[in-house]
Amino acid sequence: MKKSIWFILAILMAVLPANAMEESTAVFEREGELQPANQIDRIVFKKLASLNIEPVLCSDAVFLRRAYLDILGKIPTAEEVRRFINTPYSKNKRSELIDELLARPEFADYWSMRWADILRVKAEFPINLWPNAAQAYHHWVHTAIAEDMPYDQMVREMLTASGSNFRVGPVNFYRAIQNKTPEGIATVVALTFMGARAEEWPKEQLANLSAFFSQIGYKPTNEWKEEYVFWDPLGTTKTEGNSAPGSAKITTVVVEKNTNQPPQINREPQPAFFPDGTAVELTPDRDPREVFADWLITPENPWFCRSLVNRTWAWLLGRGIIHEPDDIREDNPPSNPELLVWLEQDFAANKYDMKRLIRQILNSRTYQLSSVSNTEQPQTFEQFGAYPLRRLEAEVLIDAVNAITGSSDLYTSAIPEPFTYIPKDQAAVAIADGSITSPFLALFGRSARATGMWNERDNQTSAPQWRHMLNSGHIQEKLEKGPNLREMTLRKYKPEQIVENLYLSILSRPPTPAETETMLTYGNTANPKPPPKRPGGHLTPKEKKAYWQRYKAADDERMKDWIDIAWALINSPEFLYRH
Amino acid sequence: MKPITRRNMLAQGLCGAGGLMLSNRLQAAPAALAMTDHAKAKSVIQVFLWGGMSHNDTWDPKPGTGRAYMGDFPDVLKTNVDGIQIGQLFPKLAKQADKYSLIRSMTHGINGHETAAYYMQTGHTRDERLAYPSIGAVFSHFKGQNYNGLIPPYVVLTEPQGRFSEEGFMGPKYKPFATGGDPNAARFEVEGVVAKGISDERQIARRELLATTDSLGRALVSPVLDHAYFSKEKAYELILGAGKKVFDLSEEDKKLRDSYGRHKFGQECLVARRLVEAGVPYIVINYPGGWDTHKGHFARMRQQCPQLDQGLAALLEDLSQRGLLDSTLVWCCGEFGRGPKIDWQPPWNGGRNHYGAVFSALVAGGGFRGGQVVGSSTEKAEEVNERPVYPVDLLGSIYHLAGIDPAGQLPHPLGLEARVLPEVSGTVKSGGLLTEIM
Repeated sequence: MKKSIWFILAILMAVLPANAMEESTAVFEREGELQPANQIDRIVFKKLASLNIEPVLCSDAVFLRRAYLDILGKIPTAEEVRRFINTPYSKNKRSELIDELLARPEFADYWSMRWADILRVKAEFPINLWPNAAQAYHHWVHTAIAEDMPYDQMVREMLTASGSNFRVGPVNFYRAIQNKTPEGIATVVALTFMGARAEEWPKEQLANLSAFFSQIGYKPTNEWKEEYVFWDPLGTTKTEGNSAPGSAKITTVVVEKNTNQPPQINREPQPAFFPDGTAVELTPDRDPREVFADWLITPENPWFCRSLVNRTWAWLLGRGIIHEPDDIREDNPPSNPELLVWLEQDFAANKYDMKRLIRQILNSRTYQLSSVSNTEQPQTFEQFGAYPLRRLEAEVLIDAVNAITGSSDLYTSAIPEPFTYIPKDQAAVAIADGSITSPFLALFGRSARATGMWNERDNQTSAPQWRHMLNSGHIQEKLEKGPNLREMTLRKYKPEQIVENLYLSILSRPPTPAETETMLTYGNTANPKPPPKRPGGHLTPKEKKAYWQRYKAADDERMKDWIDIAWALINSPEFLYRH
Repeated sequence: MKPITRRNMLAQGLCGAGGLMLSNRLQAAPAALAMTDHAKAKSVIQVFLWGGMSHNDTWDPKPGTGRAYMGDFPDVLKTNVDGIQIGQLFPKLAKQADKYSLIRSMTHGINGHETAAYYMQTGHTRDERLAYPSIGAVFSHFKGQNYNGLIPPYVVLTEPQGRFSEEGFMGPKYKPFATGGDPNAARFEVEGVVAKGISDERQIARRELLATTDSLGRALVSPVLDHAYFSKEKAYELILGAGKKVFDLSEEDKKLRDSYGRHKFGQECLVARRLVEAGVPYIVINYPGGWDTHKGHFARMRQQCPQLDQGLAALLEDLSQRGLLDSTLVWCCGEFGRGPKIDWQPPWNGGRNHYGAVFSALVAGGGFRGGQVVGSSTEKAEEVNERPVYPVDLLGSIYHLAGIDPAGQLPHPLGLEARVLPEVSGTVKSGGLLTEIM
């Protein structure tokens, strides 16, 4: 067997090296002249032309997989692949798919996961929201995305929320912060909504921003772990340093003990400054958080739209126009300023519609470029001249393996007792609470949701991850026992049909003739041993059982080759990476 | 030889003014005991008797206290060190007493498994705000930097102990490599290394198949993929290369295998020795099945103690014969002991319950002297009599011998202040480093 594979390969390499290369790029690229589809392309292509980078469009199959991964966080089924591949190419083929996918419910699941990383939706250490509060927070985010809440409204609701952590989801924005001093809160506000790292600002600028968050109160109620977040101008509740609200560490500070005098309210307006230096007066009749929200949420604010469009761009294209996307500052310029400005203005002019923005980017040819070409030219990636490879996120990866094999994983949270389990068939991308996890998710770098930073999710590939994918009982059991994989490889299919089933399900494309041929040289795939013959005549139950066992053993033996091929495909970069 | 207690240590003049200061305040340690350039303990094997092993029935027997305290095991054994006696179920360890020391005055007063286990594995109490990493993860951080072995630097045999023996705030990178499987089985199936039901032949065929299916990799040049291929090759060094051999006990002499005991724990000890030879800095054996013997206590002890005795004694002897004991620190204890007074009433019917007021630990090698007893418990093993040893003292001594500064900083993702061990204060108690046996 070993020999035959190398033999075929050797022939392929020796006789048809050029053709083989062409065939493999043909799988990934679409020939033909590239026309801009929208303004994004006009801006990006102009820049690429000036650098002599010639972008190439990706193939339909590659686009299909990419769109599923980016819109739904999952790979298409074999059926969905067949349908799309068999639709003749037309101008609208791709945009119709984008519309169809954006309308599916999994869109909100997947994009909530992305937002929940940034918004730190986590019940336990170190965020300590508590399980029902984490669920309420996630539910609010999920609903906002599912119902296309405009981004300005979404941010305003978070910034100005008051009420119970169990009942008013967005108040948990202020609870999902480890350091709840005004400076700590200001730093998180800047990171989340301005894409800026305020801890690196001049001290005075951070102090100015902090003033808007110096009147937030956290107050426990009689319900276990319930807590109110509210505007507390009198400072009737105070947290001790970084202490977690809701825990026993909160101390209620009685302002004047044993007096019936109302607390003294400062009736004078207090001067304050926005991060851009503009002066404002904080009056005692208005929550300063609202004053800040009014300043932040305007089309003119240089941070507000920029942070959002840049983040969304980075989610879809692997890097920000300003990179890292949460490190916006003057000395970290955008790689294509014209593009960034256009996206900002377009976003503000269209009611801060996030789905529209995603649709715009997905429909651009820029998003649809091949990952195969131009990879050696400097500046290609920062100018978006080729699609960058990224390993699938932990949740997306395990969901894909489970979908292919037809198996499931167990997700639990060890604290608090009793342990939290979630239903078996739930996708990992739909898990609300970052504390609910599995060893696989931890190993593959799921976000710790501790800081909300962009780089908190670790998509690097490591040797322990390879050991797990290549050789763990966890993955091997899915391959051996998964009903979907068994169904794809039943004896009723011809060997070349099985190869096609596997390629469609795992790599979301049909195999090339050369690939089919290679697969049919592995083990006994081309000529499987026939099943044992059923003995003639009437069989006693015992004989029937014995025959069935022989049949099963023979089929398990036949399956081994196909399991190995499925194993090889899920361990190929084409499966493991967005490409 | 007389057991060393704090009192006679003072009397013998072993402990000068500096030493006294040391035993009072751990934080004085770095100043008084300057870090040596070459740490004595190159590797650590921790045998964690999770669930909590009785001290009365094992390493701190109290002959003459009667059935109420001694239960089914009234006898004691002389060891090969004059003056040291241990419980009757440990004949093999009795012959190795010159290689280890017993601490009979471990204490923290906590009777809950998780809180006590967290304290014993981290040296930090749960009152602190951060979730600290276990000692193995700390080793992984400090020792892993100059470690280039194929096997990950922090290995758990075979099942992880979960929540409070892991990476804490340092993040998943510091999780232990838990082998799974059973080294006493015909094939030790190590998670991710030796796969269940996959022969080496099939493993090789698969690897070749993998190379032929990589169409994307053939179509482009990418540093991202170069990194992926590099880490895949590293994984294969364990799966099909030299790394895997470390877990292959069939390479060992059959007689030696038998001397460790043909049971899971015994063979785990043997694997631990092989890991030490491979340079792994920190190895934990989580005792299979544990020691939480509320009911059926004496039957469990009768069954488990001989295995513990056999495996541990063989490990110490084997390490010593190979000249590895000086550079290998072995420590063995639970998160607490068990009630000295036996509960003969239903539903326990002769059980022992959680007990954190006093318990025992065994330490050997890596800079610890053998043949000593540190501290003592009271007449009926109910409280510390002399020389209390708190978790910070034991862990601090281990860190010290391994050249890790207990006052050093741990990497916190937000850059928060986080010491290897807490500073001694009103709430963090210390009886001092174990200088008397170093």
